[in-house]
Amino acid sequence: MNSSLISQAFKNTKKEKRPALLTYTVAGDNSKKKSLEILKSISNYADICELGFPHNTPIADGGQIQTSAYRAIKNGIKINDVFSIASQFKKSKKNKPIILMGYYNMIYQYNENKFIDKCKKSKIDGLIVVDLPYPENKPFALKCKKKGINFVQLVSPTTSKERLKQIIKDSHDMVYYISMLSTTGGKLKVAPKKILERYNKIKSLDKNKNIVIGFGITEKTIKSLKKADGLVVGSAICKEITNSINKRQNAVTNVTNIVRKLRNKIK
Amino acid sequence: MMKLKKNIPLIDQHDKFGFWGGKFGGSFIPETLKKPVEDLTKEFQKLRKNKKFLKQRDHYFKNYIGSPTSFVKLENLSNHLGGAQIWAKVVSEANGGAHKIYNATVHALICKAMGKKYIVGDTGAGYAGKMLSMAAKKFGLKCKIFMGAKDIKRQKPNCDAMRKNGAEIVPVYSGSQTLVDAVSECMRYWVSNCDNTHMCVGSTVGPNIFVKICGWSTAQISRELKVQLKKEFKKIPKKIKLINCVGGGSSAYGFWSEFIDYDKKQIELVGVEAGGPKNSKLHAAPLSRNAKIGILHGAASYVCQNNEGQIQETESISAGLDYPGVSPIHCFLKDTKRARYTYATDEDALDAHQMVTKFENLNPSLEPSHAFAEAIKIAPKLSKDTIIIVNSCGDAKKDRDILKERLGKKR
Repeated sequence: MNSSLISQAFKNTKKEKRPALLTYTVAGDNSKKKSLEILKSISNYADICELGFPHNTPIADGGQIQTSAYRAIKNGIKINDVFSIASQFKKSKKNKPIILMGYYNMIYQYNENKFIDKCKKSKIDGLIVVDLPYPENKPFALKCKKKGINFVQLVSPTTSKERLKQIIKDSHDMVYYISMLSTTGGKLKVAPKKILERYNKIKSLDKNKNIVIGFGITEKTIKSLKKADGLVVGSAICKEITNSINKRQNAVTNVTNIVRKLRNKIK
Repeated sequence: MMKLKKNIPLIDQHDKFGFWGGKFGGSFIPETLKKPVEDLTKEFQKLRKNKKFLKQRDHYFKNYIGSPTSFVKLENLSNHLGGAQIWAKVVSEANGGAHKIYNATVHALICKAMGKKYIVGDTGAGYAGKMLSMAAKKFGLKCKIFMGAKDIKRQKPNCDAMRKNGAEIVPVYSGSQTLVDAVSECMRYWVSNCDNTHMCVGSTVGPNIFVKICGWSTAQISRELKVQLKKEFKKIPKKIKLINCVGGGSSAYGFWSEFIDYDKKQIELVGVEAGGPKNSKLHAAPLSRNAKIGILHGAASYVCQNNEGQIQETESISAGLDYPGVSPIHCFLKDTKRARYTYATDEDALDAHQMVTKFENLNPSLEPSHAFAEAIKIAPKLSKDTIIIVNSCGDAKKDRDILKERLGKKR
């Protein structure tokens, strides 16, 4: 999968000597149309876009992303809408990688094979499934690989050394390092130096893997972690959508401003 | 085809990925929880073979929980209904007033053994929370209980007890504000604090290891019953029906575990789920109302959900049964046809509660009242030598406000 858009994105950012910026928004938050507009607009500054397919029992998400997910579901978002948002996005931004992220029950109900086929048709580049850990995810990850879709493995501070080796070995183009013991949107409770120390240990297992850091990354903390291959910001963006709605302001403009600022901090 | 094995506890009849019958259970958990779940699995594996630990468990079961709980014939109720004899295993006599104390005590002991000082748990009816707070106090652990805001309102007596035991109740306002959200929030808390905190799941649900620990703990109920049956009838009678309510399914598994190897013609296992209000579309009965398999709180089971996989809201008068999923081991018992599952409505349960309290000196909570509803329904049609045994697994003190509102009485 060396030619994947995801690895291409990392090649580009490495050339520019900066980490890739990955954004996370929830499909359908706060409407199908709006979330597509947000996605298109922030992709001018983001290198890879993660798009959440909302689930109403998200066991690993904190308040901000939960709020976004509940809002999207309440507004009637269906899984096929998520695919249509992704494929419309790809029509105008065909070289911008997009990664779907969510919980396994949604995939299970849709049917694994059908889900992967639909991803392929919608030109989705990668998948993150929060509650399908290694090694249980091996058969699914393999199916993804066969269709040219990146399955993104997650690793965390609790992942043992032996496990790390196996996960990195079986991973595709990108690995997601969870910065700390937390749900999404938690306050960064570990010193960035410490996070980077652990990060470098993982990185040393295979220098060629693109490893991104997520959880707890905001405008305040992003700069301190810019040595990573990539940085994911999710809750801070979801929070801005909530704020914009509450203040009756334009979410597209506000969110884009935040993403632009994030990008400027890591140039 | 799915098959039960004999002479192996049901909790151990899973494959290497934790699935019963190849498809129920498993551990669908975020990466961060892999390590703590593995550590817990190893520790439990070790402890359950450790004679000292078993001695400790038995000591607390006897001297702290008050085992064995009594096994009594409900003479008046049986006479009134005619037909089968109705008996009750009065598990509500256990310290704290319900079966949840078994699981809570074992988790507190495990927590101690692992050297953790903090313990967290979820609760619906408040019994799991109350018992965990009791056990935490007993063993000197700091305790946090996650509980849906709606449940906090409707199960006040248990909340008072939790606070009295020094536990912190964390109200959960997300989603339907009931047990399903409490479990999610508790798991989230554990994700963030798994380095120094032990999590207790309040029923035989959740990732594989929690199903096992809970089932291993409540199995005490059927061990006692087996002895009591032999004492009462000289040998295990020819026609027995073991009727138990099923929410997550911890009391039912505990009530049945020793009897699963028996032929179902001799010992029938009947699980009664919460059918919700009579005219409502909502219920909490994934087994008996044929929900599809889905993944909820780290395990695959039959789950009330929509076509997309969003978890459905449930409705039941009984907070302890008000849960969209069910234990994977009950799914396995259903698909192997070893147990039969049905449901009782809110109204059925209330009627049953009234009838039992009228005829007997027994005060079953709304959860076992669902089981009594089924017993009352089938007893008249059965022969006199049929022994119906209901697990009266909870006491109705916690339900006083609901009972007063619905039946106009205060006990």
